[in-house]
Amino acid sequence: MFAHPTAQLPAAGRQRRHFLSHLAGMAALAGPAGCFTRSLLANAADLKKRHKSAILLWMGGGPSTMDIWDLKPGQATGGPFKQISTSADGIAISEHLPLTARQMHHLAIVRSMSTREADHQRGRYYMHTGFVPNPNVEHPSYGSVIAHELADAIETLEIPPFVSVGGGSVGSGFLGTAWDPFVVNADGRVRNLDMGIEPQRLAERLRMLAAVEDRFIGESRGALPGDHRKVVEKTVRLMTSSQLEAFKVAQEPAEVRERFGENNFGRGCLMARRLVEVGVPFVEVNLGGWDNHSDIFATLADRKLPELDQAMSALVADLADRGLLDDTAIIWMGEFGRTPTINGNGGRDHWARSWSVVVGGAGFKRGVVVGETSADGREVISEPYSSQDLMASVLKALGIPLETTYRAKNGRPMKIANGGRVIAELFA
Amino acid sequence: MDTSLIGDVRLPANRRAWWRSGVLVAAFGFGVLPAAAWSAPPNSGVPAPQIAFIDEQIEAVWNDTGLTPAAAATDGEWCRRVYLDLIGRIPTLSELQNYLKTRDRNRAARLVDRLLGDDYAAEYARHWANVWTTILIGRDTNNRLVDRNGMRRYLRDSFAANIPYDRFVEELLTATGDNADRDGVEQFNGATNFLSGKLADGALQATAKTAQIFLGLQVQCTQCHNHPFNSGVKQNQFWELNAFFRQTRGLRRFGGGRRVAWVELVDEDFAGQGGNPDEAEIYYELRNGLVKVAYPVFIDGTEISRSGLLPGQLPDGGSYGVNRRRELARLVVGSPLLPKAIVNRLWAHFFGYGFTKPIDDFGDHNRPTHPVLLEGLAERLQQYSYDLKSLMRWIVLSKPYSLSSRIEPGNEPDAPQLGEPPRFARFYPRQMQAEQLYESLLTATQADRGDEAEAARQRDRWLSQFVIAFGTDEGDDATTFNGSIPQVLMLFNGDLIKTATRLDRGGFLDKVANGPLRNREKINALYLTALARQPTARELREANQLLLARKGEAAEALQDVWWALLNSNEFILNH
Repeated sequence: MFAHPTAQLPAAGRQRRHFLSHLAGMAALAGPAGCFTRSLLANAADLKKRHKSAILLWMGGGPSTMDIWDLKPGQATGGPFKQISTSADGIAISEHLPLTARQMHHLAIVRSMSTREADHQRGRYYMHTGFVPNPNVEHPSYGSVIAHELADAIETLEIPPFVSVGGGSVGSGFLGTAWDPFVVNADGRVRNLDMGIEPQRLAERLRMLAAVEDRFIGESRGALPGDHRKVVEKTVRLMTSSQLEAFKVAQEPAEVRERFGENNFGRGCLMARRLVEVGVPFVEVNLGGWDNHSDIFATLADRKLPELDQAMSALVADLADRGLLDDTAIIWMGEFGRTPTINGNGGRDHWARSWSVVVGGAGFKRGVVVGETSADGREVISEPYSSQDLMASVLKALGIPLETTYRAKNGRPMKIANGGRVIAELFA
Repeated sequence: MDTSLIGDVRLPANRRAWWRSGVLVAAFGFGVLPAAAWSAPPNSGVPAPQIAFIDEQIEAVWNDTGLTPAAAATDGEWCRRVYLDLIGRIPTLSELQNYLKTRDRNRAARLVDRLLGDDYAAEYARHWANVWTTILIGRDTNNRLVDRNGMRRYLRDSFAANIPYDRFVEELLTATGDNADRDGVEQFNGATNFLSGKLADGALQATAKTAQIFLGLQVQCTQCHNHPFNSGVKQNQFWELNAFFRQTRGLRRFGGGRRVAWVELVDEDFAGQGGNPDEAEIYYELRNGLVKVAYPVFIDGTEISRSGLLPGQLPDGGSYGVNRRRELARLVVGSPLLPKAIVNRLWAHFFGYGFTKPIDDFGDHNRPTHPVLLEGLAERLQQYSYDLKSLMRWIVLSKPYSLSSRIEPGNEPDAPQLGEPPRFARFYPRQMQAEQLYESLLTATQADRGDEAEAARQRDRWLSQFVIAFGTDEGDDATTFNGSIPQVLMLFNGDLIKTATRLDRGGFLDKVANGPLRNREKINALYLTALARQPTARELREANQLLLARKGEAAEALQDVWWALLNSNEFILNH
């Protein structure tokens, strides 16, 4: 088993505990203080309690999945890349993912995604929420939904339940700012943590703040004043938590850091693993640079795919080695795929009609391919799947009931995952 | 009082006609345009009929929907609001006190005229330069083809000179020259930054942003296909609009180094993708793979010469060629969508919601909530020669802008945050923009700004911590300055707040704490500065607790109070 970060509390951690005992006594902070005490009482056994998590590897810009997961060698649309076989029987992927190829028995490719949103902003929204953009409702994204459904089960969690490494995610929509992503850079440095005053004095200031905030909340000016109060409480919890250590990727042995890759995406994936270990139910790691309208093959072969390959393979292998993969879903996707036609600049443009995503871990069947595209890659020739279908499948893999229904702020009922159908082939 | 005889009420419906006839110039001594120093209307402080028009239109919808508007905001709330929205920061203690003690039934209008006038010209220009920098080039600071300082300098100058909006748009669309003011630069023109970073891939971004920002048309999807939801713009129209930018080149200048030092924006002859410059065409691909041809045609169907050559003279005295961007600017500036788009944008600036959502997506699929008001304000703005200050004045002196942000039974159904169409029956509270909060913190602490360029760089550094780039070729970005944990951490522990709560000699807190006032009055001063109100009894009790905890050290207790006020929901919300 792995060692939980809190099992070896460094000096800073002890200081924080001391601080917590101050805060715990503050009547003004009854709510969070209760949580602090609870978390202090939590023992190692509780911390090891199994919890579900998901890690979304978000490929901002729309990666060319027919050069990565669904190659068409020999076709006019196929591009120059060759296929290689993988650790999963009968599955071949791009030659530029040799390390990931050895982990394919943990993963599943869905080659039959067919969507309609080929604009970055709309596609990002649609793939993150399962809903097309609607000016009147903001829908919650994967991270907000999953955090909302799973966070209560993780009483020991003191850091935000939805962490976005490098940004690029979509927010909490009608679930409220409490479920917004907590955005950190891949270096794991959380800014402005140093209080610079005695804990006792901070606690006294917080009482004063509560008086000002309460008055304003009581004046009935809508949700924002109360939302701020909630975020303040979460901030105090975070500032005083030893779980902050999970962000500090630099604490990992050099060998591990090298395995993931000494770049932002590698560090982000490593941080995702550390965060999952302390119980964060949803981590999104952003890797941009896939919007390859020109010179796509050199960009993929020389930069994007090696970067992806190293971090993704290390993440999957690490989760598997630590026994975490069975409880952790992995989702790899961007906002859409790219045109089978190679344009005049040696690039591919936006294309949503036929493309691939990859999932793995948790309750997913592993080492399989779902769906098929035509020989030139222009059409899905099996049952096509949508964003909401994918989302429903991820929720199922995490054991979240698909009957769950939310009520949007306007009172309208909203089915979780927009009522998507589970992709049956992804489950045994 | 018969307002129809005074103030700008006297201006005839068609002010332009008056200018041409010279009557107005003779009567009021205006120049041809309300240029340079904005003059408050004669009889400053008096309501204008445009304001009555806004009130009528808004009230008509209240009546139709059975809404009772919220009570009026307090004077302090209104004053804070108008400072934040017009010049981008909260009022100082003395500014607020001056306003509160003025006994004049037209003091609101007088304050607005002062904020729009010479006294605040520099702050007004800085604020609107910030607002427009984000609109025109986003927040991402990593695009080497864009120089933020150059952009901002142009914008500051433009807003300081209050150039009419139509000319402003024309300058942005036709700008040539160097985008940064560096050593070696010959012809600096900050306006070039609007386009300098948007020319990649055949100027796709230039096309999309021009339509979106100035005309309120979302065309970016139509680049690849006819839009499934927006029947208004077709794929061919995207490429026909795009064709206007094909003479434009952003030349990368290295200034002797290895990285791009600046970009020179130029117009060059365009030979056309078919190789015939007299019929300089471009090609685009339909979804089914068919290739089509496009020439410059404006979205309203107006065609211009198909020549790709810049204008020139033939030996026989005849002329040839056309400057496509100049033609585009002419067509954009003449479009009826131009005034509507800017009215909608400014309305949303002051109310948090525009007449459409999003504000830059006009069309049959997205009808405005107040069509007559939108059209009417657009017309009036045109009559006022696109003078944005006049439009701002009408808006902030209108009744809906003066309402409290409290939800009461009579206005409860007015809930745009729930997806209902906004009725403006109360003021919708909203987060200060990052720039507003930054400037407000400096105001609240009376920090020395120092050199303006250095101050801008410092602000950019501070702002950059909240920017997220999405990693697409479109350079789109978002801000985490949205009320989430990083923002709260910044206000809890950031350098700005540490400086603000320090008792350095000569700083604001020092002046209050070590000044002649009694403790109770000192706390009052902090409350007025941060929140534009007095403390309640409970708050005073809490403050006294702090005084006890600090063992009677009043200055330290004031530090704690100040920290709490600057961190409060009431401070960070524009309400």
